[in-house]
Amino acid sequence: MTAVATERTATGAPPETAELTLPQMLVRNARVRSQKPAIREKEFGIWQTYTWADAERNVRAFALGLRGLGFARGDKLAVIGDNRPQLYWAMLAAQALGGVAVPVYQDSIAAEVQYVVDHSESVVVVAEDQEQVDKILERRQELPRVRYVVYEDPRGLRNYQDPSLLSFQQVQELGRQWEAQDPDLFYREIERGSPGDVAIINYTSGTTGAPKGAMLTHRALVATARNFLAAVPMDERDEIMAYLPMAWIGDSLFSVAIALTTGLTVNCPEHVASVRSDTREIAPTVTFAPPRIWENILSQTQVRLEDAGWLARGLTHWFVQRAMESERARLTGQALPWWDRVLRGIGEWLVFGPLRDRLGLSRIRHALTGGAAIAPEVLLFFRGIGVNLKQLYGLTECCAGGTVQRDGEVKLETVGKPLPAVEIRISEDGEILIRSEGLMEGYYKNPEATAQALRDGWLHTGDAGFFDTDGQLVVIDRAKDVSRLSDGSVFAPQYVENKLKFSPYIKEAVTFGHGLPYVAALLNVDYEVVGHWAEKQGIAYAGYPDLSQNERVYELVAREVERVNRQLDPPLRVKRFVILHKELDPDDAEITRTRKLRRRFIAEKYKGIVEALYDGQRPEVTVRATVTFEDGRTGEVERALRIHTLF
Amino acid sequence: MGDFTLLQVQGVWVWFGGLLALRGVDLEVRPGEILALIGPNGAGKTTLVNVVNGVYRPQRGRVRLEGRDITGLPPHRAAELGIARTFQNVTLFRGMTVLENVMLGRHVHMRTGVLSGGVYWGWGEREELAHRAQVERILDFLEITHIRKTPAGALPYGLRKRVDLARALASEPKILLLDEPLTGMNAEEKEDMARFILDVNEEWGTTILLIDHDMGVVMDISHRVVVLDHGEKIAEGLPREIQKDARVIRAYLGEQVAAEVRA
Repeated sequence: MTAVATERTATGAPPETAELTLPQMLVRNARVRSQKPAIREKEFGIWQTYTWADAERNVRAFALGLRGLGFARGDKLAVIGDNRPQLYWAMLAAQALGGVAVPVYQDSIAAEVQYVVDHSESVVVVAEDQEQVDKILERRQELPRVRYVVYEDPRGLRNYQDPSLLSFQQVQELGRQWEAQDPDLFYREIERGSPGDVAIINYTSGTTGAPKGAMLTHRALVATARNFLAAVPMDERDEIMAYLPMAWIGDSLFSVAIALTTGLTVNCPEHVASVRSDTREIAPTVTFAPPRIWENILSQTQVRLEDAGWLARGLTHWFVQRAMESERARLTGQALPWWDRVLRGIGEWLVFGPLRDRLGLSRIRHALTGGAAIAPEVLLFFRGIGVNLKQLYGLTECCAGGTVQRDGEVKLETVGKPLPAVEIRISEDGEILIRSEGLMEGYYKNPEATAQALRDGWLHTGDAGFFDTDGQLVVIDRAKDVSRLSDGSVFAPQYVENKLKFSPYIKEAVTFGHGLPYVAALLNVDYEVVGHWAEKQGIAYAGYPDLSQNERVYELVAREVERVNRQLDPPLRVKRFVILHKELDPDDAEITRTRKLRRRFIAEKYKGIVEALYDGQRPEVTVRATVTFEDGRTGEVERALRIHTLF
Repeated sequence: MGDFTLLQVQGVWVWFGGLLALRGVDLEVRPGEILALIGPNGAGKTTLVNVVNGVYRPQRGRVRLEGRDITGLPPHRAAELGIARTFQNVTLFRGMTVLENVMLGRHVHMRTGVLSGGVYWGWGEREELAHRAQVERILDFLEITHIRKTPAGALPYGLRKRVDLARALASEPKILLLDEPLTGMNAEEKEDMARFILDVNEEWGTTILLIDHDMGVVMDISHRVVVLDHGEKIAEGLPREIQKDARVIRAYLGEQVAAEVRA
């Protein structure tokens, strides 16, 4: 360890970083830990490492290049692409000049990219590759403010004639020329920055209406990072993977704000398809991912296990089952018998250790989840195999800083206590309100929405919740989603849906019941898992629509729904369900880019199906659906969908 | 491009017993171009490729690479001289990983013998690393890095074709012979493959002799087209000329349709 290494203390953040902007912290890191790795990227099969000094050099060149291109204080720079060092550097470069970074979801279709780039008034777009450049150039006419499109990966772009197109290196080259003339310019620009400047505009992929751009200042991001570190200590020895969308607040908090505050190392995988094996190579020490990622890792583990030999399969099932049971007992404060520790020791050696290693979780100290409710079974699985998975609660509007479960205080149904320096209270009508330094300045160019979200210094989250006897927050559901069946039973759709989604065969579930006599569901099967199952059963199918309507797939799913029903109070049991012929897709606006259901849109779009679900014993329903193809065109399909009645 | 010819096929005749496969075919491939060789099934396209890379020895005629006579040189010698090919039916080692398969493609450039390679120390190690770096560039270029460690046999067909292309590119050929690279693919895979072929040609400057019967894509990406029918060259020219050529239409669609097209 070098001389600057800090002990792992309760407050992970050095006090002197409190009033710095993000670029000022970059300069600080380049000085105090210049040779420590800042960011790695797997390229050409090898992890390429950039030290903090390298990172600063790259940001400096790019920032001065931007300045040479006329990028001024207050200008916006959009970045779009997978997690790449160059894109993070571009964000910091814009901020170094007093500008604002606007990360865009990389899987957005051109129309969505256009909306965010246009609404944010971005003057420069930094795009990862041809695919992203095309989205901008396709809408060039509608984006008159965009002066330059900068690309990182030149492949396929050689014949592009657009004069506004520049490579990342060209911009840096220009920057180096400026630097030669005025070596201090970069630092002077950074010094002019103040913590109250807006650093990032994060567009929330709202479940209702158009995206809203939450303006987050340097102070809000840094304060949240510091509050977070006080509850979940991290330091420069920690390693995180950056593979979740850069436009997601969790990435801005971890890969940017916390990384800069602590000096930890951010690792960018080679390819979206190799995230798991790249994660295994790095074995990160801290990770933050929404529940769907944890659910996904669990389903993949289950599928792989199906292919394992009988001994490995049997042993794993037995030990994992036991571990989940004893973890459930531990979390509810029950004393465990002496032999539980012995079994745990054997299980650790035979099953849990190897399993954690395969999942890239062998060095994990803190695993966090938030953004949606996680199914208790998923949490128990990971905790059972020895992964310290904890829940947190936060919104884009407060830089994701709300609550987090501390070690030793993990509970299944809570999201933990408020972070230090974060105040949370419950309004009279049960809404969760948050006040802290981490709150946004408001929604960009949207005073009405801002006035609704920020009242008297409190962020109105729109979530319903309460504090339990230990002072931990319980989030019930989106406040407006909780409703009652026609017989008066309280019905929280997410609760039922999470139970359904715990089945490896069910990928998405949308339940209905508001003012209705019983609960019914629209389901998506997991194409990979059910496809694999079908192959083993010798069931032939041609694509997802075909597989979804297979009679035996319906039987399989019905068994899963029945199993879930046994865990639910009788009035909340799912009576009828339909497996949709298509997967819910953000391109069709059915779910957000962070995979949250857009309930009202779905209810409207599949109105015919929902009506049929409540229409006596109709065995099937015909749908005409508009689908969006990968290239953005739309088409119509008509199909008959089965309706399954369970009781 | 200039007048210089990279590959020259002169008056090549091939017959198998009584079956005449090629009748005095002439062909010139210029450096840096994509030359498409098209024709109906059984026209002799694959036979001609087999003559070029030395699988068959023509009964008459010559094959020259950069002016040097290579007629009848065995395939491994042709490969060392810079002729690489992919196959109509992909021939990868199914049990080996993608990386290992592509590394094999560099074999022609490896100098290490059994002993120094086996010891893997000093020169042997350095050489292996240098080759690996080059192979990684190819995997990256063809966007198959994520399947680097996957056994080739476990891949879907479209990806296997891309790995086959990577293997051929690994030898850094002067000329790349692509035998039906688009066959058996769906529209999206075809579009991807066509883009890769163009990228290889334009960014790496590799000369390509492309054999296919899918007229659409071939016409889009090639600089010049040569048409074979019944072992004879019936047309040669720019894609737009070939599309209008009466003999080509007749060869592809039959006499009757050709007459209707004229009418």
